Amino acid sequence: MSKQSGGLGRYVAQRLLLAVPMVLILLTLVFLLMRVAPGDPVSAAAGGKLGPEQLAEKRRIAGLDKPLFEQYLDYLGDVVTLDFGTTFVDHRKVSDIIIENGGATLSLTLGALFVAVLIGLPIGLFSGRYRDSAFDVTARIFGITTYAAPVFFTGLLAQLAFSGTWLPTSDQADPLTSLNIESVTHIYVLDCLIAGDWNAVEDGLKHLILPSITLGLLIVGVFIRMIRINVIQSLHGDYIEAARARGVRERRVVTQHAFRNALVPVITVLGLQVALLLGGAVLTEKTFNWPGVGSTLITYINQRDYIAVQGIVTVFALVVVLISMLIDFVNALIDPRVRY
Amino acid sequence: MATTSAPSTAAAATGAPEPVLAVQDLRVWYGTERGPVRAVDGVTFEVRPGETLGLVGESGCGKSTLGRGVLGLTPAGTALDGVVDFKGTNLVGLSPKHLQKLRGPELGLIFQEPMTRLNPLMKISEHFEEALRTHEKGLSRQQRRERALDALRGMGIPPSRYHAYPHEFSGGMRQRIMIALALVLRPAFVVADEPTTALDVLVEAQIIKILADLRKNFDTALVLITHNLGIVAEACDRVAVMYAGHIVEQGDAREVFANPQHPYTRELLRSTISLSTTGLHYIPGSPPDLVRPPTGCRFHPRCPVAMRGCAEHEPPEVVLGSGVRTACWHQALEADPSLGEELGQGGRDALAAVKEISVADEA
Repeated sequence: MSKQSGGLGRYVAQRLLLAVPMVLILLTLVFLLMRVAPGDPVSAAAGGKLGPEQLAEKRRIAGLDKPLFEQYLDYLGDVVTLDFGTTFVDHRKVSDIIIENGGATLSLTLGALFVAVLIGLPIGLFSGRYRDSAFDVTARIFGITTYAAPVFFTGLLAQLAFSGTWLPTSDQADPLTSLNIESVTHIYVLDCLIAGDWNAVEDGLKHLILPSITLGLLIVGVFIRMIRINVIQSLHGDYIEAARARGVRERRVVTQHAFRNALVPVITVLGLQVALLLGGAVLTEKTFNWPGVGSTLITYINQRDYIAVQGIVTVFALVVVLISMLIDFVNALIDPRVRY
Repeated sequence: MATTSAPSTAAAATGAPEPVLAVQDLRVWYGTERGPVRAVDGVTFEVRPGETLGLVGESGCGKSTLGRGVLGLTPAGTALDGVVDFKGTNLVGLSPKHLQKLRGPELGLIFQEPMTRLNPLMKISEHFEEALRTHEKGLSRQQRRERALDALRGMGIPPSRYHAYPHEFSGGMRQRIMIALALVLRPAFVVADEPTTALDVLVEAQIIKILADLRKNFDTALVLITHNLGIVAEACDRVAVMYAGHIVEQGDAREVFANPQHPYTRELLRSTISLSTTGLHYIPGSPPDLVRPPTGCRFHPRCPVAMRGCAEHEPPEVVLGSGVRTACWHQALEADPSLGEELGQGGRDALAAVKEISVADEA
């Protein structure tokens, strides 16, 4: 046992070291992409509104008069100290935006993931186990449909279908209920729990339902197909036949041997899907007027605040790297072969 | 080494104990789009306690299908017919639940490729725990552990590796683990499906030795499927030669090797390589399509001594004085010349000459 955990420790260390160049490349890309856009952030945001001297002054404050390489180093240094800059238009610190609006995005992403797993996992396992049955065919059509439908389409459809019913179709909370809730964690439902206001908790959860389903459906299709094909493959595995030859009960063969092996690659895909969820969250938040980082990002894009956009995109990129790393660790815990 | 063994009272009392397994007219057909593949087509044999039957033949002749068919481990869409009498129970048509209970403690199967036969996510210990917990419910955790370690020790796997994962072992070790995993339940009958094909020669010798010890110590009846005739000569009491879903010759291994009766057996034996081999002998043609097998004797298109009648009439099985059973018209006519009438006029003409003429005609 000690030997194995040593292997795991070494694996984690390796993976962390590998993340350094990955993050560096990502940051460089983000930095360069922001510079590819014509003009500079200052003239983009304030051009025509301010005089040339004032623009130059703004550029100096933002450090944009320095040579590109120096700006790059400044940017890297800032990121290392978790300083993602200050927005140009309203002088908010990007780290504050992340803290204040991140909670909403986090609850939406988790809600969507929950929906995706809740719907996708059983359907995927079942249609893989009973391949080509009527259930399987229906599940495949359902999967491809939800995957092909864009988030704003599903979102609008959901809003149309449920407007006027007990399910709220926009915002994170009822404005009246949310008045008494103090923002501690910035995750609304959690804050309601802390305040001990059960009506608010219920209200918050209700508001989560439609956006979560909309965003969750985006990845449910991938999920179903992925799990299904893995189950089919592992059911044909040599170790499955061997387990049957030892007289292992069929239910155990399917759950313990086939399903467990089928789910290993799914975890990797799950990690990649979370990245997709972050992208989808931008659209879903806009559709449902959800006060998350995504809708904030769109606001800043519309205002051409490149500094804010760069900061938020940097954080998104770091989150994706972090998640992919976490997924690798989980994989190493589940699958002993990964540790080698 | 464990001392307990499967009951073998019959073996001690008489020279010829009751067979553990008697297969009669077994047919295993796979459904395909082109029609049924007759992978095993009317096979009869039996195995006694402590006896090893070698099952040989070319690739695709139905050896592995036969091995799996006996245990009811055929894929979906397979038709099974005939009688597989295991200790008085017919395994054909037995409910899946009942078969599952027999597989493991009574019927064992050792596979060809050991690399992929263990669940990669489960430790060796978990594999043993699972098998013992399924079939021997009365055992305590400690007893299960002891049984497993005993079985592994018998295969030369040290107890220190008990909690390792499959990928931490070599191919030879994995095959020994698979054997230990099959034997820990002490089955009365084991099918070993080319257990050494994927392994190197030294490990092969080791495994064959282990299998030989097995029947000595536990009185296990073994069907050893292989295409290595050397292994059969070394490790088997009896041999059955399969061709295109039929057993064409079976009998005492030494007798069959010394006096092969069926032309296919002769050709197969001629095809083996030894140090004195100068030119490689092979059997012309290829194994037949089992969806539309040749009429008459299935070997006739490739047989060097085929007669005209062989192409039309299936040869009856005859038992020779040596106890060898074979299905070939030559032996059948020798044993009972009156059978010649069945072949009809000109039925005994050599087929090779006929073939040449027909080719010339077409040209």
